[in-house]
Amino acid sequence: MKADISSIKSETLVIIGNGMVGHHCVEQLIERGAMAHYDIHVYGEERQRAYDRVHLSEYFGGRDAESLALCEADLYGTHGVHLHLGVQVLDIDRDNQEIVTSAGRQRYDRLVLATGSFPFVPPIPGAEGNSRLVYRTLDDLDAIRDASAKARRGVVVGGGLLGLEAANALKSLGLEAHVVEFAPRLMPVQLDDLGGAALKARIEALGVGVHLSRATSEIVPGEEYAYRMNFNDGEYLETDLIVFSAGIRPQDALARSASLEVGERGGVIIDDDFRSSDPTIYAIGECASWNGSCFGLVAPGYSMARNLASQLVGEQHEAFSGADMSTKLKLLGVDVGSIGDAHAATPGAKSYRYIDEANNSYRRLVVSADNSTVIGAVLVGDNSYYDTLLQYAQNGIKLPADPSSLILPLSEGAPTLGADALPDTATLCSCHNVSKGAVCCAVDAGCTDLGELKAQTKAGTGCGGCAALVKQVFEHELSARGVEVDKSLCEHFAHTRQELYDIVRVNSITRFDELLAKHGRGHIGCDICKPAVGSILASCWNQPITDPTLVPLQDTNDTFMANMQKNGTYSIVPRIAGGEITPEKLITLGAVAKKYDLYTKITGGQRIDLFGAQLHQLPDIWGELIEAGFETGHAYGKSLRTVKSCVGSTWCRYGVQDSVGMAIRLEDRYKGLRAPHKIKFGVSGCTRECAEAQSKDIGVIATENGWNLYVSGNGGMRPRHAELFATDLDDATLIRYIDRFLMFYVRTADKLQRTSVWRESLEGGLDYLKEVIIDDSLGLADELEAQMQLVVDRYECEWANAIADPEKLKRFRTFVNDQRGDPDIHFVKERGQPRPARASELHLIPVTQEALS
Amino acid sequence: MTQLNIDNTARAISWRPLCERRDLVANSGVVAWLDEAQVALFHLPSTEQGEQIFALENRDPKSGANVIGRGIVGNLKGELVIASPLYKQHFRLKDGSCLEYPEQRLRAWPVRLNGDLVEIAEA
Repeated sequence: MKADISSIKSETLVIIGNGMVGHHCVEQLIERGAMAHYDIHVYGEERQRAYDRVHLSEYFGGRDAESLALCEADLYGTHGVHLHLGVQVLDIDRDNQEIVTSAGRQRYDRLVLATGSFPFVPPIPGAEGNSRLVYRTLDDLDAIRDASAKARRGVVVGGGLLGLEAANALKSLGLEAHVVEFAPRLMPVQLDDLGGAALKARIEALGVGVHLSRATSEIVPGEEYAYRMNFNDGEYLETDLIVFSAGIRPQDALARSASLEVGERGGVIIDDDFRSSDPTIYAIGECASWNGSCFGLVAPGYSMARNLASQLVGEQHEAFSGADMSTKLKLLGVDVGSIGDAHAATPGAKSYRYIDEANNSYRRLVVSADNSTVIGAVLVGDNSYYDTLLQYAQNGIKLPADPSSLILPLSEGAPTLGADALPDTATLCSCHNVSKGAVCCAVDAGCTDLGELKAQTKAGTGCGGCAALVKQVFEHELSARGVEVDKSLCEHFAHTRQELYDIVRVNSITRFDELLAKHGRGHIGCDICKPAVGSILASCWNQPITDPTLVPLQDTNDTFMANMQKNGTYSIVPRIAGGEITPEKLITLGAVAKKYDLYTKITGGQRIDLFGAQLHQLPDIWGELIEAGFETGHAYGKSLRTVKSCVGSTWCRYGVQDSVGMAIRLEDRYKGLRAPHKIKFGVSGCTRECAEAQSKDIGVIATENGWNLYVSGNGGMRPRHAELFATDLDDATLIRYIDRFLMFYVRTADKLQRTSVWRESLEGGLDYLKEVIIDDSLGLADELEAQMQLVVDRYECEWANAIADPEKLKRFRTFVNDQRGDPDIHFVKERGQPRPARASELHLIPVTQEALS
Repeated sequence: MTQLNIDNTARAISWRPLCERRDLVANSGVVAWLDEAQVALFHLPSTEQGEQIFALENRDPKSGANVIGRGIVGNLKGELVIASPLYKQHFRLKDGSCLEYPEQRLRAWPVRLNGDLVEIAEA
């Protein structure tokens, strides 16, 4: 029967509720082509279209209603969905299949209730106005903001998930925030006692007051603050506003008045197909009661919305079979995770616990009685364990021999779950509910490109948290089907960097053209493979990079042995090993900088950088530097940069070893070593670690008995602490281990992969690396040391080599047919030094005066 | 043997000496001064088409810096290109057009080797 004679659509579908679940249902309907069949009307009680309630507290952190909205403003209109916002549905007239609103009546063939829930406010005498605020809608938040205008302190009643979010909101408003919880711990549903205690400690450290086991008996006017909350234990707390977040109740009022069946604890009773007791009316999300339970999280609501949409368009759909209430959150900046049977309520369940009272971290692993599978977990302080644990729990994966390794700190070499171990049903992307099976299907259908896979399945396009796992599974599945995962360096080499390294070494190849002819394809190469091969050749044979066959391979910085800056000029960093420099040399640097008018800055690696030299000036500058005993600092190369040090036992009252001496010795040994990426060292003379060695690729820290060696740290965009590799080493052993470590890295890392990323990609982790380097499990140690010795023996200052060769100096001319400098380079003075002129400053400069020649 | 890279226009234009052959660096670039312009010269002694030389404007349109002659010469999908050293976009050696950004384009000059001389012509 037609609902609208002007429409060719055969049925009218009405959805009451435009919250997250109602909206998701509309989106899913549109996507599944439901608009061809249904005339859809959506009613929302609030003024705003659907918004992200999960991130509601960000409303006070600078996000406005529009940025919280779940879709573009015109999504509904574009697809012909009639959206009625700010319209309350007053009644359901089941006999006539109509809903009644303040604006009139609307017929339906099918009706979906997605009315959500409302905050439960316990009946406490005196709770009204600013002492009876709630936290659910944008309007609620506006009310809280208004109330906070003159307030100093705010209290949240309820220490659950939403209550802590509300406390965060109060904190964002600049209030002193307190949480009052009836139960003896925070988040009583998701956490156990120890987890609750760790969370409490962390939250208190953030300045939020936490008061447990307290029931509010009444609210009366306060003395210092607007209100006084009297607790039933005789204590009280004064505050200017009170937000109730003591739980939610299903919003089932319409269903009740329409005499639909509702559950004992509220909620529209639904079957596995989301049908209420009236088969034309469905309910999804928090307002629905399935099998006696309501689901107060968004993920189960989305799952219902998805399944219902499939059903409404006549697609095969899965009967609802409950939802996983596992959750991972950041509450007040604290990681909290809860999986399955967090309380070990299952008979015979056993627990493993990791407690770190120093950092208030807590992890609990709950396993089945036979110690074979994960059935639950609690995480406070670090959610990086969550994904792996969830996969174990959801897929019944057999526990490793030592289950505790799953929750012990990762640096202990915990096994992460490989792509192979996951069953097809494993959910990879929970935002879009993409299983491993779906990825496998896409691969079977011929998908060989990760971008294409994401477009097809949507995997990894939600929060993005699963991106690494999706990529891993995808590549694993491709390999398993015999599809070569394309790890080619570029169109000229169908090899990885590691393979090319082995080819170069085994076949003693010393030239790019030879490698390209025998092991590559095409001609000439490109700006990807040339520098990569140039680096490999240098790592293996350490010939001067300015030799005629090598120089065309180098990036411009290596070619000219200086660092190109934005205006095409170069900066120069001479080596200052260990950061130790004589006054004479310091004077030389100053004199050279002054003579050539170079901008001078101290680097982070205890060296001095001279900026603003033109190409043709480089040989002259280096002539003077070499004369004074300097050599190149390789600041331009993917190679050893600096060894930073503190003064150590020579001067420092705390020092226990000569850190400067060791730093210079290490820098002199490894200078000139070219590697997949730059390498930095640090050497500290005692455990106070003033050289910040633990942020370096190689960190050496003095002990009473020798040296502790740390590896694979770095600063930069994604800082990583170096890991302790070996302790109390003597000098010779220290150098032997570093030789092996660096050469193993050079040999096996990908191009432009720093030691940190390389280390993380090593299967077997730190333990494996120790086996190779310390125990020599691969029998490689002698070879690695010999390779390093070859590089060390062949070291030659590249600048000294170039200066001595007129052929090589030919390149260092701004113009090959003219003596002048680049007339387009202009500097202005700032704080007494030159800097590149900005475009806006150029017309102000009399060119003849300022141009360097 | 010397082979021109722009044969059909060679007869119609007048050539002038720019620099010497020994100023060039094989499989790489150098820069020459031409009146008020900066010309990046790329010398490829052995390509599939034999010895070739190309001349492009030295100014990188993205950075505004005169650095094209210091890039890496490459071959992408059969086309000879130069990668700008600052932001790594690629320009075709034959005509100065950009692979990634059509709005960026370098001026290109006809250029040839004549004995020991590099000769250039107004385009």
